[in-house]
Amino acid sequence: MTLEEKVIQIVMEQLDVTREECALEASFINDLGADSLDIVELLMEMEEAFDIEIADEELEKIATIQDVVDFLRQKGVQ
Amino acid sequence: MKRRVVVTGLGALTPLGNSVHESWENAVAGKSGIGPITKFDSSAYKTRIAGEIKNFDPLQYVSKQEVRRYDDFILYALAAAEMAMADAKLTITSEFSERTGVIVGSAIGGLATLEDEFKSLLEGGPRKISPFAVPAILANLAAGHVSIRFGAKGPINCAVTACASGTSAIGDAYKTIAYGDADVMLTGGTEAAVTPLAVGGFGSMRALSVKNDEPQRASRPFDRDRDGFIIGEGCGIVVLEELSFALNRGAHIYAELAGYGCTSDAYHMAAPPPGHEGAARSMKLAIQDAGLKPEDIDYINAHGTSTPLNDLYETQAIKSLFGEHAQKLMVSSTKSMTGHMLGGTGGAEAIFAVKAIQEGIIPPTVNLDHPGEECDLDYVPKVARQKAINAAMSNTFGFGGVNAVLLFKKCIP
Repeated sequence: MTLEEKVIQIVMEQLDVTREECALEASFINDLGADSLDIVELLMEMEEAFDIEIADEELEKIATIQDVVDFLRQKGVQ
Repeated sequence: MKRRVVVTGLGALTPLGNSVHESWENAVAGKSGIGPITKFDSSAYKTRIAGEIKNFDPLQYVSKQEVRRYDDFILYALAAAEMAMADAKLTITSEFSERTGVIVGSAIGGLATLEDEFKSLLEGGPRKISPFAVPAILANLAAGHVSIRFGAKGPINCAVTACASGTSAIGDAYKTIAYGDADVMLTGGTEAAVTPLAVGGFGSMRALSVKNDEPQRASRPFDRDRDGFIIGEGCGIVVLEELSFALNRGAHIYAELAGYGCTSDAYHMAAPPPGHEGAARSMKLAIQDAGLKPEDIDYINAHGTSTPLNDLYETQAIKSLFGEHAQKLMVSSTKSMTGHMLGGTGGAEAIFAVKAIQEGIIPPTVNLDHPGEECDLDYVPKVARQKAINAAMSNTFGFGGVNAVLLFKKCIP
């Protein structure tokens, strides 16, 4: 499974959205109906799944699925 | 001039069933909802039995995401409120949304979530605390979510009066309508505290029965061999409406909520005083509030917890207030079948009292084999009784010395 696919699977589960809704450029807030608490929970789930830490400053920059994927790659996640 | 308040919708989840209908049928049949604890491993606890909600599918009422994020006490309230609103055939519109309020009580709120999240904190540090922890723990979030679900924009509150929470909530909601601050109220109590801390904590107080070998016989209010209460979970929500509001929309009226009495013992944090004068006074206030006399009361759904002190002192209180009539009225404890749903109990038992009036059937006190010393009232032992009644009260008493009593009667518009 690609990194993109793994991230999308977690997003689908956490935000209760369909695969079709999860375009890479989909914004968590504007397209996927998330609020700020949803995003915190989602990123905690990413931390757990990929064994990384996301600092609060970094968290603020993450708005789309692509942002998460880019961030993970930057952290060396394959 | 106080406005009249009527009950037009009922919703419940109890250890006896996941609807009012099922809970009532099983109560009338004298069944027990008590069994071994399944919610956590209770093998190290003195008490290993409880009245749990069984086979509840929250997805009937809420989304998968909500199930994950809300504590059970909130999910139970949303389910029961949904049932009550459907039963009342009521949809809140913008015309009266600001005149529709919510008061749902809970003794401890999201205790299971609190315990889980504290474990996450200890094991993983503060970064592991869910952003949904706090709103799942706060006791008023049952009322909050109900108001959001139905768009009720009027007064909102949460009664936190331990085992009287549901009754306090309904009493306050009744007053909110009676004194003109709302026309419709969704109200009741909810609890989901079959958790290690609650079972262990009440156990440590020696408040719980330890009859682990015979779960269905363990809750035995007013019986000689009673040895403590059985912790239960559950929820009861009712729709209250101002009488003319209900009549104008052609609502089905179950009963009139005619009186509410609330007093404090000012005595001890957990124990009632001998004679339970505060309980007698709260019953008296409810009767006065309804403009009735003690002789008018046909049935009391007792607090009847199955603890040695409560059942004796509640009996003494009834005798002191009602005098000779105490021997004529019927008193039963449905906790003999449901266990004690803590903050949920006032909601569910108000519904049992209303159903008794509507159906003309008094649910029994099961397991009453040998009445305890001085427990000599008509407790409707073992078998339900068919009898048309006019007025019924629901007693609940809580730690902190709270005594809360509701009085329902047949509604003659």
